[in-house]
Amino acid sequence: MALASLRPSGDYRATYRADTTIMPTRNSRIALWLGIGVLCLCPLVLGRWELSLLINIGILGIAALGLNILVGFTGQISIGHAAFFGVGAFASAWLHEAFHIPVWACIPLAGVITAIVGLVFGAPAARLKGLYLAIATLAAQFILEDFFARARWFTGGVAGRITEPLTLFGFAFDREESYFYVVLFFVIVMFVFAANLMRTRDGRALVAVRDHYLSAEIMGINLAYYRTLSFGIASLYAGIGGALYAHYLLFVSVEAFNILFSIQFLGMVIIGGLGSISGSLMGAAFMVMLPEVVQMLADALSGSPIDRALKLGTSINYLREMALGAAIILFLIFEPDGLAHRWRLIKAYWKLYPYSH
Amino acid sequence: MDLSLLLQLTLNGLIVGALYGVVAMSFVLIYKASQVVNFAQGEFLLVGAWVCWWFLVDWQLPFWAGFLFTLAFMTLFGLVLQVVVLRPLIGEPVISVIMATIGLGIFFQALMKWIFGVFAKPFPPIFAVERVSVMGLEVQTVYLVSLGISLAIMLGFAWFFTASKHGLAMRATAFDQQVAQSLGVSVPRVFAMSWAISAVVSAVAGVVVGVVNGVSSALSFYGIKVFPAVILGGLDSILGAVLGGIIVGLLENWAHYIDSQWLNWGNMFQIAPFYALVLILLIKPYGLFGTRNIERV
Repeated sequence: MALASLRPSGDYRATYRADTTIMPTRNSRIALWLGIGVLCLCPLVLGRWELSLLINIGILGIAALGLNILVGFTGQISIGHAAFFGVGAFASAWLHEAFHIPVWACIPLAGVITAIVGLVFGAPAARLKGLYLAIATLAAQFILEDFFARARWFTGGVAGRITEPLTLFGFAFDREESYFYVVLFFVIVMFVFAANLMRTRDGRALVAVRDHYLSAEIMGINLAYYRTLSFGIASLYAGIGGALYAHYLLFVSVEAFNILFSIQFLGMVIIGGLGSISGSLMGAAFMVMLPEVVQMLADALSGSPIDRALKLGTSINYLREMALGAAIILFLIFEPDGLAHRWRLIKAYWKLYPYSH
Repeated sequence: MDLSLLLQLTLNGLIVGALYGVVAMSFVLIYKASQVVNFAQGEFLLVGAWVCWWFLVDWQLPFWAGFLFTLAFMTLFGLVLQVVVLRPLIGEPVISVIMATIGLGIFFQALMKWIFGVFAKPFPPIFAVERVSVMGLEVQTVYLVSLGISLAIMLGFAWFFTASKHGLAMRATAFDQQVAQSLGVSVPRVFAMSWAISAVVSAVAGVVVGVVNGVSSALSFYGIKVFPAVILGGLDSILGAVLGGIIVGLLENWAHYIDSQWLNWGNMFQIAPFYALVLILLIKPYGLFGTRNIERV
């Protein structure tokens, strides 16, 4: 984190406190507050469609950040993140309906339930790593998907489950303009939590496990504990993201949380940048915008001979999936460090502008 | 208890299991040679089956010609994938390589849906006799032939790895890349060859399944069913892959039997192998025949 700040005149840090600070310069702090201020004004200016895109970016960004803590910071692979996202969505809806807990309390509680489910799957995962873990989480994806279809009491079965909007003091957040603030609040809380987590002993332990797990173990880091913990944190984020998703769409379907969705989450983490907190949000933004861009290209070509030859109108869904696959591969080959790295390079270029050597 | 159903399902399990074994074998081939876990194995089946279908239906070729063209195409396909996508990723962490093959899988699955549509399309009839009876059980001719083909491929693999020069080079590379290189084995060529062979063998399996069930995107699910099989057998054992495939084939059919007779949960057919997978990973993470990784600092 600290390396992200590149100052032309060099780093003069005298204390550990200064070294681990999240926002190293006054300008970066001002930029952050300005950014939040601008976002707060968004609902007054933007239309519903733009706002729904931003809400999606926020919700998926929270879940992607969780996956990034697991994959990017701890080095564990999970191909079942969408299933945990689904657990969060159903848990929140179920808590509200079965126990009449207010929705604002359901969302964090759903996160806790998902974290517990994640720990159950994560406990055996503590012994596994690399591709064995990837395959185990793939199995978890299918087992949970099967459970969703089977457990009528929890998910409403094939018919899905209708959820209530979030209400606070009698005010219902059931429109894009108001729900935007809910998502913004959770995005800020979750990202600040993650940024701070990475400054603590636990956060550094996770990174040590990723970089060299044998050395980490020799230095007294309990591997099983931290691998399981990382799984739990990732599931907590997925659960909160899922709960926000449920109360935004007001309907949760059993089929939504398939393997393709899981792969989209992995794509966000890869494209945004492994081991980068802000990258998770960039990756989510990329993944939300990608189908829209494909749609726009197809619309621009509609009616032309290319459109008639390729049947663009009817096959837009396949084009989106192809774009997803292609984006993942191209990023891995040409920009393996993701958008966050590119952003750092751009910043460094302008900061050092005339004397970049 | 319905004994004849049990027998029928066992036979089905053996035949489907042999096909899983073949796919698992081609999966293990890639893993052994180049340490890449190929999440796009199912798409090899899919692409192979669709290309063969295209030669037979749109070009009206006789089966043998279409089949040979398909094999030639798949050789090229495997080579190009390895050289263009996987070669730049040599030395990258596991997650990158896994994600690249997942990306490939999504890409080709969507591409095939785009070109050929989502609905299953049947192959033109290939055998004059549709069904034969074996020990009182009705079996489709294609299934018997597929069992034969699977056995032939397995024997072919056995010969390739024990007697042929390229097979030995491949085993040497799997054992130690640097030593193999110093003995004059071209490691990039071995990598490319393993992908080509794997693509061809998977395509054969894809064509067989396509002839039986029709070609559709469901074929790519074979690539996921392969994981329980290879984990059971051990990721780097060819013999283990074959046995694992047969066990998974039997397991899912027996699970289906138990389910249909007593439990009535539905869907056990699809899910049982994954429960088995989790159990195996808990008890024996290196499978029945896999090599235990011993790590030193």
